[in-house]
Amino acid sequence: MKTSARWTLVLFMAPVLLWLFLLIVLPHIDLLIMSFRVEDYQGGSDWSLKNYVMFFSEPVYWLTFVRTAVYSILVTFLTFVVALPVAFYITKVAAPRFQGFMTVLLLLPFWVSELVRVYGWMILLRESGVINHFLVNLGLLNRPVEMLYNDATMIMGLVYTSMLFMVVPLISVLESLDDGLIEAAYDLGGGISSILFRIIIPHATPGIVSGSIVVFMLTLGNYLTPNLMGGKNSLWFTEQIYNQFIASFNWNQGSAFGFLLLLLSSAVIWTGLKITRQKLSRVVR
Amino acid sequence: MSGMERNSEVNFDLSVRDAVKMFGDFAAVDGVSFDVESGRFFSILGPSGCGKTTLLRMIAGFIEPTRGKIEIRGRDMVGMPPNRRPVNLIFQHLALFPMMNVEENIAFGLKRRGEARGEIRKKVTAILERLGLPGFEKKGINQLSGGQKQRVAIARCLVLEPAVLLLDEPLGALDLKLREQMKVELKNLQTQVGTTFVYITHDQSEALVMSDHVAVMNNGVFEQIDTPQNLYYRPRTPFVAGFVGESNVWHAKVDSKSGNTLEISTADGLAFRVPAAEEIQTGSRVKFFLRPEAVVIEPAGGVPGFNRIEVSVKSILFDGANSRLLASGIQGDEAELMIALPQTRRYDHIRPGDVVEVGWDEAAGVCFSSREQ
Repeated sequence: MKTSARWTLVLFMAPVLLWLFLLIVLPHIDLLIMSFRVEDYQGGSDWSLKNYVMFFSEPVYWLTFVRTAVYSILVTFLTFVVALPVAFYITKVAAPRFQGFMTVLLLLPFWVSELVRVYGWMILLRESGVINHFLVNLGLLNRPVEMLYNDATMIMGLVYTSMLFMVVPLISVLESLDDGLIEAAYDLGGGISSILFRIIIPHATPGIVSGSIVVFMLTLGNYLTPNLMGGKNSLWFTEQIYNQFIASFNWNQGSAFGFLLLLLSSAVIWTGLKITRQKLSRVVR
Repeated sequence: MSGMERNSEVNFDLSVRDAVKMFGDFAAVDGVSFDVESGRFFSILGPSGCGKTTLLRMIAGFIEPTRGKIEIRGRDMVGMPPNRRPVNLIFQHLALFPMMNVEENIAFGLKRRGEARGEIRKKVTAILERLGLPGFEKKGINQLSGGQKQRVAIARCLVLEPAVLLLDEPLGALDLKLREQMKVELKNLQTQVGTTFVYITHDQSEALVMSDHVAVMNNGVFEQIDTPQNLYYRPRTPFVAGFVGESNVWHAKVDSKSGNTLEISTADGLAFRVPAAEEIQTGSRVKFFLRPEAVVIEPAGGVPGFNRIEVSVKSILFDGANSRLLASGIQGDEAELMIALPQTRRYDHIRPGDVVEVGWDEAAGVCFSSREQ
């Protein structure tokens, strides 16, 4: 009986373990090894820290790295600020029969690929785009202006792309918030800010943290949106990795950059969990 | 409104005038007026869906009345949000903040008022001591028992010294034993602190035990506002007679009226003499309500002014001090009669199937004219 139970466990775990090992662990080991090696022009290779030294000695690399980290944190925060009222409205304000409908409305844009959604933004925002067309025709602008390819547009695009991943955990955590707590705080003399910061946010912390982790990781690793909406000015670290692998064909340098990005996201998430005093196992549940 | 007329010498902490709340075409509260004197325990008793919660939430400020006036200590409250009203509400499920400990829960309202830290600490310690929870400051909400949670919820409101404390069936979630205990505790506490309490409940025993005055509410209107004793012994409407306490009910016809007494005959062919009410005339249909404890089993012979009937015992419902004899008339067996069975061992010989004589004083019970034919 005991051995058969163990075999069942092995049988069910096997695909997961195989998937993890073959697609995650094995390539990463290879990348890790590659990041510590350099190739010379003769095709020979040797152990070296040169790839990592390069990152620190070349300001454009580490500046891009820091910029990506800071902007990812900013995007995560902005996504939270936008998503909280949306989630609150859906769970606490809207009539129960509209809640499902509203959630579907939120989901709807995510049925098309990110590429199509980003091109949608580009159609609206580019110099010859819809918004410029209207503003010029209304006489508000003398001539069209380029709204794409700046940081603000890129951040807006990233927030838009990440919205759903913040709203969904917030909805589930706010659903478990007893309306009575909000009313009690209101009754005891609380205003909007004390209700928000003393009741709603402390209750929603696990959802906020899990949403933030997902949004932060997706933003940090996003390539498409910064590239298309930020253009050449975007300076997103994933582009540096892409350039190393594809443009320079320097896989060793690219691997080093990839590992640095992995370290960065782990460090930021770990710090975030420590600050909010949450446990990863509780947050991902 | 007997005994509660407006009087210049009495202070009213709460006055409600013709409060109406419409939800679409439905009037949840349909023209309610009452005054609560300072320091009184006032209950609103009614079945679920009668509008009592809506009324309470209007006083607390969560719902705006469609019409009417709500005054707290003489100040008009209409349009004022809950966080600026001098009333506090104890929620049905208490709504203690689980993310805070006992001290933070109680200090929440004081902090919002911007009181000094040392002052807050002093007040929290004092109120916890007063409610018999000394040293509970750092406990988490989940570490408390049901009764302790109750007291923390009360402390959280009382520490703000509200003009009126509103309570929304806070004992509903407790088990029976604790509920009985909390009833007495709440009443004692109210007497001690002297705060005006407005308590809503569907449990008549809670209302009767604790209150100075009780309003019985049904379908959005107050049927009667009175002392618990008057509600029980002198109900003004058939609803109050039926809702407050247990009653035997007969549908009957008035055969004659003489002075203070009516002669009525029931559909089962029984004839009683019952106390008269002004509006009832000979020949009209009436409903007669009689308390189980008004009925005496095997009354002594020869007492004048007594209704006597023979009944056959159907079953004995033993419930300690609240035991009942379930009987029916021997001629017609449709109407059941509930009779209090004092546990004095005197009636131990009665068995189901026995025929016994029962009787009650002609002045007992109450009659209402009935519209049903």
